[in-house]
Amino acid sequence: MFFWMVLVVVVLMLVAAVAVLVLDNMIAAVAAASVVSLALSVLFVLLRAPDVAMTEAAVGAGLSGLILALGMRRLGLWRLDNPSARQGDRDA
Amino acid sequence: MGAQIELVLYVGALGLLAVGAAGLVMSANLFRMILALVIAEAGANLLLVLAGYRWDAVAPILAGQPADVPMVDPVPQAMVLTAIVIGVGVQALALAMAVRIYRAYGTLDFSEVRRRMEADIAAETGIELPGSRDEPAGARPLPPPGANPMLTPEEGR
Amino acid sequence: MRNLASLVFAAGLGFFLTVLLLQFGFGEPPMIVGQAIQDGAAETVGAANFVTSVVLAYRGIDTLGELSILFAAAAAAGLALGSRRPAPAAGEDAGFILRAGSDLLFPLLLVVGLYIILHGHLTPGGGFQGGVILAAAFFIPVLARPSRGLRHSTLSLVEGFAGAGFIVIGLMALLWDGQFLQPLLGTGTLGSLVSAGTLPMLYLAVGLKVGAELAGLLVHLMAREEGEA
Repeated sequence: MFFWMVLVVVVLMLVAAVAVLVLDNMIAAVAAASVVSLALSVLFVLLRAPDVAMTEAAVGAGLSGLILALGMRRLGLWRLDNPSARQGDRDA
Repeated sequence: MGAQIELVLYVGALGLLAVGAAGLVMSANLFRMILALVIAEAGANLLLVLAGYRWDAVAPILAGQPADVPMVDPVPQAMVLTAIVIGVGVQALALAMAVRIYRAYGTLDFSEVRRRMEADIAAETGIELPGSRDEPAGARPLPPPGANPMLTPEEGR
Repeated sequence: MRNLASLVFAAGLGFFLTVLLLQFGFGEPPMIVGQAIQDGAAETVGAANFVTSVVLAYRGIDTLGELSILFAAAAAAGLALGSRRPAPAAGEDAGFILRAGSDLLFPLLLVVGLYIILHGHLTPGGGFQGGVILAAAFFIPVLARPSRGLRHSTLSLVEGFAGAGFIVIGLMALLWDGQFLQPLLGTGTLGSLVSAGTLPMLYLAVGLKVGAELAGLLVHLMAREEGEA
C-alpha cells in the first residue's frame, strides 16, 4: 500500500518536472512547477516529515508560485492567448 | 518490497536533480532557467530528507506514544527546513535580476542578451571581442589545401 | 549538439549518483546524533517537537545564518528591482470577488499564521511556515486594492525589531549561561503552550521577521515601473 502511494506520487512529480521544461506557455510551466512542489510535500508526509511537508507546501506551492507569477507579469510573459508567439521578446 | 521503495524514491530525487540540471543548461529562455533551478532545489531537498528515513518509524514529535518507538532522524529535517527557505530567497533574487535584464535589453533569450551585451561593451569601449561562444579562441584560419600540417610552412614548401 | 551532450551528461550523472547512493543503507541511518537527541531533548529542552528543538536549541546559530541569508536575498532583490513607484490610482482595484474574498481571508490567515508560529514547539509548524502565511495574509489585501499599498516603514520597523529581538535573546543567554542562544527560562511541562523556555519567543521573532520581509518583497515585485507593459 505504501509502495503504491509512493510510486504514484513520484511518477506525478517526475511528469510535472519534465512538463516544466517542455511546455510552451509560461503560465502552464509555472503551474507545473507548483504541482512538483505539491507532490513533493505529499511525499514528505509519506516519509514521516510533517514539518518539512508544511514548509514545502507553504513555500514551494504557495509563495514560490506567487513570486514567479508576479515576476512573469513584469517580464511580459503573462499571456493567455497566442501561446505560439515568441515569449519574452519585447522588440519582436 | 523495501528495495523497490528505495529504488523508486532514489529515482524520483535524482530524476528531479537531473531534470533540473539539464533544464538549466539546455534552456534558451532566462525564465525557464529559473524554473529549472526551482526543480533542482526540490530534488536536492528530497535527497536530504531521504537520508534520514527509517523503516517503520514515526514522525519526530512526542505525541504520547511510548518512549521506545523508533523515530526518523530529525537532523536532516531541520537542515531541509533551512534549505527550503533559502531556496525561495534565491529564486526571488534570480527573478529580480531577470527583471533588470529584461528592462535593460528587452529580451529574455539568453544568446540574444549576450550578443547585445557584447555589442554594448564593444560600442562603449571600442574593444572588439575576437571570439564568440562557438569559437572561444577566435577564428583560426585553416591551412591551405595540400599542405602537410606536420611541417612548418617553410619546410613544406 | 549541445542539447544532446547535456542530456547525456544529466542521464549519466543520475545513473552515477544512483549507483553511489544504493551502496548506503537506505532506511537504516546511523542515527548517532539523532538517537542522542531523541533520548535527551525532552528533559533538556522541553519541546515536544524534536525538529524545533534541533532548529532553535541544538543548531540555533544555523537559524541565525538562515535569517541573515534571507535578509540579504530580500535586500538584494529590492535593490535590483529599483526604487519603488508610488501606489497606482484607485481605478485599478480588483473585482468584487477578490475584494470580498480578501476581506474575509485576512483575519483567518492572520489567526492561522499566529497559531502555527506559537505552537511550533508542540506540533509541526514554527516560525518559517507561520511567517510565510503571515506574508500571504498581508499581501492579499494589496492584491485586491493596489491603491492602498503597504506602509513600508512599518514593515521595515517590524522586521528590524524582530531580527534584533532574536539576537538580543541570544545575547541574554550568553550573559546568563555563557553560551549564545542557549535556551533559558527552564523547560516547563512537556506539551503545554508555555513550555520550552525561550523557544516560542525565538520562533515568534523568526516568524514576524520572515513575514514582514516576504510581504515587502512581494509588494515591491508587484509594482510596475513606467514604460513596462
